[in-house]
Amino acid sequence: MKGLRRAPQSLWVMLTVAALAGVMSLVSEPFASADNIFNISRNFAFIGLIALGQTAVIATGGIDLSVGSVMGLVGIVTGLVLASGQPLIVAAAAGLGCALLCGLVNGALVGYLRLSPFVVTLGMLSIARSLALVISNNRMIHDFGPDEELLLTLGGGRFLGVANPVWLLLVAALCAAAWFRYSRLARHVLAVGGNEDSTRLAGVPVARVKLTVYVLCSLLAGVSAILMVGWLGAVTNALGQNYELRVIASAVIGGANLMGGEGGAFGAVAGAALIELIRNSLLLLGVDPYWQGAFIGGSIIAAMLVERIRRTGRPGVA
Amino acid sequence: MLELRSIGMRFGAVEALQAVDLELAPGEVVGLMGDNGAGKSTLLKIVAGNFAPTSGEIRWDGQAVELTPLSAREHGIEAVYQDLALCDNLSATANVFLGRELHRRLFGILPVLDHGAMRNRSAELFDELGSDTRPDDLVRRMSGGQRQATALARARLSAPRLMLLDEPTAAISVRQIAEVLELIRSLRDQGVSVLLVSHRMSDVFAVADRVVVLRRGRKVADKASAESSPEEVTALITGAIEAA
Repeated sequence: MKGLRRAPQSLWVMLTVAALAGVMSLVSEPFASADNIFNISRNFAFIGLIALGQTAVIATGGIDLSVGSVMGLVGIVTGLVLASGQPLIVAAAAGLGCALLCGLVNGALVGYLRLSPFVVTLGMLSIARSLALVISNNRMIHDFGPDEELLLTLGGGRFLGVANPVWLLLVAALCAAAWFRYSRLARHVLAVGGNEDSTRLAGVPVARVKLTVYVLCSLLAGVSAILMVGWLGAVTNALGQNYELRVIASAVIGGANLMGGEGGAFGAVAGAALIELIRNSLLLLGVDPYWQGAFIGGSIIAAMLVERIRRTGRPGVA
Repeated sequence: MLELRSIGMRFGAVEALQAVDLELAPGEVVGLMGDNGAGKSTLLKIVAGNFAPTSGEIRWDGQAVELTPLSAREHGIEAVYQDLALCDNLSATANVFLGRELHRRLFGILPVLDHGAMRNRSAELFDELGSDTRPDDLVRRMSGGQRQATALARARLSAPRLMLLDEPTAAISVRQIAEVLELIRSLRDQGVSVLLVSHRMSDVFAVADRVVVLRRGRKVADKASAESSPEEVTALITGAIEAA
């Protein structure tokens, strides 16, 4: 039993995903269809990508609530630059530039001024969404100029039967896994989350570590937004609305500890897969989609309780 | 090796230290004792470079020096503080190397953490300390003695010549205290000097070659522990005996 409790949470989540998928393929005819599997995998790729960055932020003991709004801002900026006739590379650079800026502001305020990550990124959630509204003037953008075809292929196309965003997630997850294991920065990320003061005493530039993870998280939200615009074929300022919850849920379900100091790449991806699988299953089982928020919110709370029980053997503290 | 000459330290109107002299030879263990507020921690922090004394001179290897935390480290002075400053969520090895991680180059260019080398080196350090701490164990799952060993191994990493230990036996069990005292002896056997701040009389007499007693910022005793006794030191700390 003790050995089981020490198994990484990502393993548990993957087993849950497999079990749920097994049950669903028995009770629902369309579940195991190629189309549905393709949809599930593509849908969670957008979330999983950002969850990788969110996991790094949470591992420092922080949180980034602004990822959904950053997606909206990046989507609108990229769309508008494309619509003005610029090539995709320029538009993507403009969009990611905005993401970089949001990440820098978040990271600088949290890292150097030591403001609460919750409040700073809650503020950015509001600012970025508002900027998306201002810039788009609340219009939908669906004409993406000369590079439209490229954008749509990038986000909506497939390669060897697998959606392009899924390939990107796969590459990003492998890179992130290697990063967590082999980079000094990732080691310092976990150290900051474990004991910030002692990490500072050991000579680690704590503020810079924090700045870096917020920037990474924002940039991943930006990349995800651009792919998503390519998939949807249109963008409004509402792109990514409420996604912060799904992203944070993915990271936490995957084993990122909101108190800091724990988290891994595979956990983030497995968490995103589980949430999308639950969403998809509820739809196929005919549950009213209005219930989805309740399930996602409930699963965050449940994941924290499971983590507590795994660690201490009981749900309470005292 | 270390020579403090007439060190004084003033915080506003408070004279924390007055004209304190102290010498430390290589491989010597000195127990620094005194009541709360006697100036023990202030003196330790001056040697660690955290405070600059308001008067007096610090000499290291016969040279007058000004110590900062960084220069103290460069001179080979390492401090282990009471709260140990460890990351509970990381392994012993990760803590030992925190901020000083070893790298190897993948394909000759890409720097990656050299887990093998770090694990081997920390295993060596734990061996030298005679500790049963395993390099891959998480600090969270360690005993108080193993935590102390991890903090000491981190300080040993740079092969220091002087270790400053602030209350290393506070808040751990009796059995673990024995482990920590053993660690201090093995440091001494390897030629490392130790300045040990402690409240616990029995610990100081178990490992210290010399006892130094501070009372209200003044040094009131500095003698070989073999020539003193817990009773005498208690009397010196409380002021029942003026000086010895």
